[in-house]
Order: sequence, then structure tokens, then C-alpha cells
Amino acid sequence: MPVKKASQRSFFGKALQELGEADESIVALDADLGSSTKTSDFAKVFPDRFFQCGIAEQNMMGTAAGLAAAGKTAFTSTFAVFATGRCWDQIRQSIAYPQLNVKIAATHCGISVGGDGASHQALEDIALMRALPNMTVICPADANEAYKATLAVASMPGPCYIRMGRADFPIITEEDAPFEVGKANILRKGKDVTLVGSGQMVSLCLEAAEMLKGEGVAAEVLNMATVKPLDAETLIDSVERTRCVVTAEEHSVIGGLGSAVAEFLGENGNQPMVRVGVRDSFGESGDPEDLMVKYGLTKEDIVHAARKAVARKQKKKGFLWRK
Amino acid sequence: MKEKARLVRRHVIEMTCAAGSGHPGGSLSAADILTALYFRVMRHDPEHPEWEGRDRFVLSKGHVAPALYAALAEAGYFPTEELLTLRELGSRLQGHPSKGKLPGIEMSTGSLGQGISVSNGMALAARLDGSDHRIYCLCGDGEMQSGQNWEAAMFAAHYGIDNVTVFVDRNHLQIMGDTEDVLSIEPMEEKWAGFGWNVIVIDGHDFERIIEACEQARRCKGRPTVIIANTVKGRGVSFMENNPEFHGKCCSDEQKGVAMSDLEGCL
Repeated sequence: MPVKKASQRSFFGKALQELGEADESIVALDADLGSSTKTSDFAKVFPDRFFQCGIAEQNMMGTAAGLAAAGKTAFTSTFAVFATGRCWDQIRQSIAYPQLNVKIAATHCGISVGGDGASHQALEDIALMRALPNMTVICPADANEAYKATLAVASMPGPCYIRMGRADFPIITEEDAPFEVGKANILRKGKDVTLVGSGQMVSLCLEAAEMLKGEGVAAEVLNMATVKPLDAETLIDSVERTRCVVTAEEHSVIGGLGSAVAEFLGENGNQPMVRVGVRDSFGESGDPEDLMVKYGLTKEDIVHAARKAVARKQKKKGFLWRK
Repeated sequence: MKEKARLVRRHVIEMTCAAGSGHPGGSLSAADILTALYFRVMRHDPEHPEWEGRDRFVLSKGHVAPALYAALAEAGYFPTEELLTLRELGSRLQGHPSKGKLPGIEMSTGSLGQGISVSNGMALAARLDGSDHRIYCLCGDGEMQSGQNWEAAMFAAHYGIDNVTVFVDRNHLQIMGDTEDVLSIEPMEEKWAGFGWNVIVIDGHDFERIIEACEQARRCKGRPTVIIANTVKGRGVSFMENNPEFHGKCCSDEQKGVAMSDLEGCL
């Protein structure tokens, strides 16, 4: 049966428009990418509450901060590289520090941006946002979650970062499935290894779990849609049972979901862990699927990582890595 | 007002000396502008700092927080005794303004170049809400070297934001010396005019001119106004005037005596 896919961006655009209808305090700002980030839907219906900022992201973030300081809920949207890197200081000083109601909805995350190449492939954005106090970081697994996350952040106070992809991602969650900021969902139960995914890697975790089943390994799959704050409770509950973990994200292994889980388990547990992610490198142009293979972001990579984690659990001590 | 400005200046010296650090030079150049805003120009109520109809003030040059704190305290936002806690652990008077900590602080600032963007956002919100309150923003002249100001300048003109008034405290000095030696910002008037702003140039130590310029800005419809206020860094303290050394350094005990005696009478 072919997998149904949908665009996170389109679902975000739809949610934003619905928010605009329900609440007059919702405003949106764009940096000349609205047709790609889908804020253009909102712009058509609410031209007075939409502010085209041009190719000037720093000013966009500052303007959003001012709108939020005056009681508005401001959604800013652009590609993830520009939304986080180009204006990190503006987000830090004018949004995160004063805890303002600015929701940064970034699209075109990760290596699956494809042809545009390394300049446009955000692989460090979660690290940048996660390091900021007061910032909530959400990586929806599919379009349904992008829709729900957009609605959810509008009704919670403070700054949020929502990370979405360019390509259509497989739909793996139901429209009526629960979505709560800060809460991980267990999508598959298993006793041998916990696979923690974010973004489109969650669907690959599910496929990897199916492959592992054939090897007699029962994998549990957690959808860690909120990377910050991390749902430590669900993570502990799972890892206590499985005793080993694999994280999978379309991001650098430095500073993202893998780091968040490693930081937590490093201080609170001693379970073997393996990270699947981009290994401290920039991307390049190419077909998205080929790039996912080249940069180690496939279901096979997750399976391989799970085998390593399970082997370490059984071996119990010693380092895997020797110079 | 002259008396208020004198008190603000005295507070600036006492606060920075008590803290052992801070930025007296720019605080003194901006003291008259802040005094005029808080005691004549702005519509505000220290008893109700969150009143929705208030005019907003954004200190883009966040390092001159001592002058802003002094003006706020003199206006009645908090007790003047608290001024001496500047930069102390646990104080509401952070080294640079922190929104939410102290009544009257509309925005956290300190990283330069961000205040005009924030002011524009506040101004757009006022427009959406149908409120006639105004936004005042004070920038440094060295700060004009930051690119974000010019993004914000372009934006404000494009959206015809006429409820924002920006002051440029043109005291000519930044940490490393004269702005024209460090990185030339001139011609200021032509730059702002070229970006579509209503430009007014005044003596930033002349209260009548400051008030009149703000009135002109209020009457100017369809475009934002910048007031380039020619000032003297360190104004009012003999050895600090035009001396870049006191950009970010407080004076010694001995110097403090001279400064306070300089600030005995009206300027």
C-alpha cells in the first residue's frame, strides 16, 4: 500500500489562517518567502495583520518582538537556516530574554531540502534554538503534527520554534491523535531498544522497527516532537524497560535531539546510546533521497545503530570506540 | 526641567560610582532628551506603568541605562534610593535594561541596533488597535553602524509608520574614538532622508527644541521622524565632556567630587 504523504508547510499555512480567523491578536511576518512557507494564505485573508518584511530577517524578528510586546501573538516565518542563524542575536536579545510571544515557524529544515545545497540546509538550527533559555523547540513528525503544533504554540505563552521540512513527509499520526507540547508519544511498543525520533525521522524509526522485528529485536518508537523541553518522564519509562537508546534526527548530531537525550541520560542513567544524524558536516546539492542515504539518515542506518546499542547493552561495559 | 536633568545627571554619577562600572558618558549626553521625554513629551503614568494608552520608550542604546533609570525614578516609577543598587546581584536595575524586572522598561536592550525594529512592531500594534499612543526610541550615533537600523528604517518608511520618533544621540564619540574615524556614519541627514524619513536636526541639550521637534514629529503624517540631536558626550561634567575615556568607565573617588560639584548648579 503506498504511503500517504503531505506537506507540513501547507498544513502550517492552513492552521495559521484558522488561528487568524479565531483570534484578532494573531499577526504574521514574512521575509520574502511566503509562497514557500505558506504564510501567503494568511496574507490573502488578513492583509492588515500580515507584514512583508523583505529580505531582512533581523528586522523581521525585532518587529515581531515589538508586536508581541504590545500584546500580539506574532508568527515569523522563513527558511530554517535564515530563521535561526541570520538573526540569532535578535531572537536571543529581543525575543527569548524578554520572553515574548513570538512563534518562529521555520520551513526547509535539514538535508532533504535537496538541490539548493549546504547554504540552505539547516542542520544546526535546533542546536541554536535549544541553547536559548525560555525557548520551546518543536519538530513535528508529519503534516498533521505541524498543524497541531501551530495551533498549540499560539495558545501557550513565550517564544517557540517550530521546525518543518520542504518535502512532503509520510503521514504517520492520525488527525485525532493527541498532541501536547512537551509530551512524547509512544508509537510502537517494544522491549529491546528505544528508538527516539523527531521530524521525518520518526517515520523512518517506525520502518526500522519493522525491520528489526525480523531480526527478533522488539523496538519501541518514541515520537519526541518537542525537543525542548524534553519529555524526560516518557523517555525514562521507556529506557527503564529497554535499557538502550537510539536517537534519529535530520540535524547535526551536535546540539539536537541526540544531544538532548545524551545530556539527560548522561546525568540520569547509564544506558548505551547511539545517535543517528549528520556527523558534523555541511550538506550538498542532490536528490533528497540520495542525500538521506549519503548522510546516514535512512531506516538502515537506524537499524544498524539499534544493533550497536543492543550489542553494547549485552556486553555491559567497555568502549566501542578505540583510536 | 533643568533641575530634573541636573538630578538625573547627579544620579548617573552616583550610580556608576556605586556600581564601579557603567556608561556615564552617553548617559550624560542623553540626559536632557530623557528628561524632556519623561517630564514633558510622553503620555505616561508612573502609577500605572502597564496602562495601554501610554506612550512607549525603547532605549536602543541600552548601555545608557543609568540615565533611563534615573529619569524613571525621578518620574516616580520606583524609589530613587533603589538607583544605587545598579548592577548589584539581585537588583532590578540590570547593567542593561531588562523587560519585566523594573516598571517602565518596555524592552530588554543592550545588543545594539535592535530598538528601531522593536519600536516599529509596537507602532504597528498601536495602528492595529486604533490607539493614538506614540513610540519613542533613543539610539546612539555609533549604533548607526549596525545594519539592522537601516532595515528598520526602510521598513518604517515602507509602512508609513508615523507614530515612531527616533532620536539619534549625536555625541560623535564611541569606544574607539570619533565616529568619523571609527566608521563614518555621515551624512546622517541625507541617509535618513534617503530612506524616506522626516529629518529634524536639533541641539540635544535645548529642551525647547527637543519638545518642539517631538511636536513636529507628531504632526508629520505618513512617514516616521528621526531627530538628530547634536549633543556633547559627558555633558555637564567638565572632565568627561568630549572624552571617549568615559564611554564605559566610572570616575574615581577624587573625580566624583569634581563631577558632583560640576553638577551643583544648573548647566
